Amino acid sequence: MAMEPSILTSRWKIPDAHRIDVAMKHGAWATLPAALKMAPGEITQVVKDSGLRGRGGAGFPTGVKWGFVPPPEKRNGKPVYLVCNADESEPGTFKDRYLMWKDPHMFLEGIVISAYAIGAKAAYIYLRGEFGFVRRRVDEAIAEARAKGFIGRNILGSGVDVEVYTHLGAGAYICGEETALLSSLEGKKGQPKLKPPFPAVEGAWRAPTIVNNVETMAAVTWIVGHGAAAYREFGTEKSPGTKLLSVSGHVLKPGVYEIDMGIPMMDFIMDTAGGLRPGRKLKAVVPGGSSVPIMTPDEVARATIDYESIHEVSGSYLGSGGMIVMDDTTDLAEGLANLLRFYAHESCGQCTPCREGTGWMFRILKRVKEGRATDVDLATLKNLADNIHSKTICFFGASAAMPVQSWLKKFPDEFFGRVHRTGKVGYADVGAEPPGGDKPGGTTQAAK
Amino acid sequence: MTDQAHNGEKVAWTEQELAEIEEIASRYPSRRSAMLPVLWMAQHKFGWLSLPVLELVAETVGVPPSEARAVASFYTMLKKKPTGRYVLQVCHTLSCALNGAEEIIRHIESKYDFDENGNTPDGLFTLERVECLASCGSGPMMQVGEHYYERLTPEKVDEILAGFESGEPLPTPRPEADEWQWNLQS
Repeated sequence: MAMEPSILTSRWKIPDAHRIDVAMKHGAWATLPAALKMAPGEITQVVKDSGLRGRGGAGFPTGVKWGFVPPPEKRNGKPVYLVCNADESEPGTFKDRYLMWKDPHMFLEGIVISAYAIGAKAAYIYLRGEFGFVRRRVDEAIAEARAKGFIGRNILGSGVDVEVYTHLGAGAYICGEETALLSSLEGKKGQPKLKPPFPAVEGAWRAPTIVNNVETMAAVTWIVGHGAAAYREFGTEKSPGTKLLSVSGHVLKPGVYEIDMGIPMMDFIMDTAGGLRPGRKLKAVVPGGSSVPIMTPDEVARATIDYESIHEVSGSYLGSGGMIVMDDTTDLAEGLANLLRFYAHESCGQCTPCREGTGWMFRILKRVKEGRATDVDLATLKNLADNIHSKTICFFGASAAMPVQSWLKKFPDEFFGRVHRTGKVGYADVGAEPPGGDKPGGTTQAAK
Repeated sequence: MTDQAHNGEKVAWTEQELAEIEEIASRYPSRRSAMLPVLWMAQHKFGWLSLPVLELVAETVGVPPSEARAVASFYTMLKKKPTGRYVLQVCHTLSCALNGAEEIIRHIESKYDFDENGNTPDGLFTLERVECLASCGSGPMMQVGEHYYERLTPEKVDEILAGFESGEPLPTPRPEADEWQWNLQS
């Protein structure tokens, strides 16, 4: 088993590392003074050179995103805002919660450095409503950092001002979507907006706003402190660095792991995450939060954990790094019904395909699970998913459609075996290989 | 408008609360951004968001009452109905479901007589099925107040609920599974 890197989690094992005095003995806030001596553009360049990609799920290059903030003469006198997305609500994902709980100074330092780099004087950390206890800890850390002169006016005598505030949501998955998050921050219903304009150009209060994930902010601290080349010693060429994975489901050592990107996925599950319970076999893995397509054991065996390999091998995504492992005791019809209940509950209701379609898909899956559906319902299910994906304002529609499309395609037996067969609908109608096919997935998978 | 009764109380802020609200509003370029913080304050103070309370919030934030009602209606944690003293929010999303969330929910349901709103007649408990709380590796789990009760078993649930029945206060909120990795073999 490869040694696990520890650049974002280096202080997690130190007792009371959430306290600034303890954290500072182990390197916290040592990067900020040097960063303030750099020009903002130089910091952006280091982050660009590092190849850091947004760790919230989309994987967009962070430095490139920062580069979209218009220059001062094109801002109509508007300020720039930094918003840290701590809404962590994607099922299977719990890395940011531990990052903020164990070592809040790691990401706070990144927030101040990033705010300076993009020219923001105010940064807002938007935490999901259930994270009240995390918010208290982050607020304490902010107060400690302010007392030391790392946050507030004229930071360390540099003339740079950065205020950092926490803002608590109130229970809405969609607020993790950046434009919905900004609507919520503005005191409105958390409903997404059409892009463009992108938030970097017109975001919170119609001013240029950069929205970055908690883990991304922590990575910025390390990258600015150690340099882009040092960061690129981890990971692969296109997926540089380390990634926090949160693994749950049927593994013996669930939890948060920092990994060197590019390691074999099967080794991670079977060794690092403790493997499966005795006598169980791997049935499926959802690698990056509930929204990403499912993977078969064959695909898992061929994939390495990085943005490119997961997609090339399986059509899925690394996403948030929220990995859900399912063994051969799992009823996938029940599992998919569970996820669609989630999406039907969380749809913000703006776009008809999503608002109506998620509920419709859930009701079909509930009937499949209960043995009250026919194969025609499965074709309807596939049709619904195809007509939601990419036909909504935000990515939520696709997030609800991708599980349906991929679970049906890769595990058709799990669904056809549960419905009344009229003979009018075959595997091809749900996008799956016909029975007896020799491609990965489909019935060959279930037969193994 | 603000003197309407809510659970027999006057619906109004104290001077200290008003000062706190002004401090919160000063953090944002628009006063409307104080909406969620003020809704939270109102819920903590009044227990739930009745129409008079929402009217107070609207007036405080400077929006029409319909806007405060619309926003409150969007967020599941903002309570539009009275709840029991302890709101048991049990996660039932996939990772928790794979590890026995339904068993935990059925166990709690079997212990008390919940009405259609999920409340017990004595006003002690409200049972809610909630979606993913980012505790997937330590499920099944529930949140009560701000506290995360994790890796639940029916026996553990019995102990926790017995504590509430005997009037034990909620613990200082934190995640019970303080460590970020768990070896379930040991």
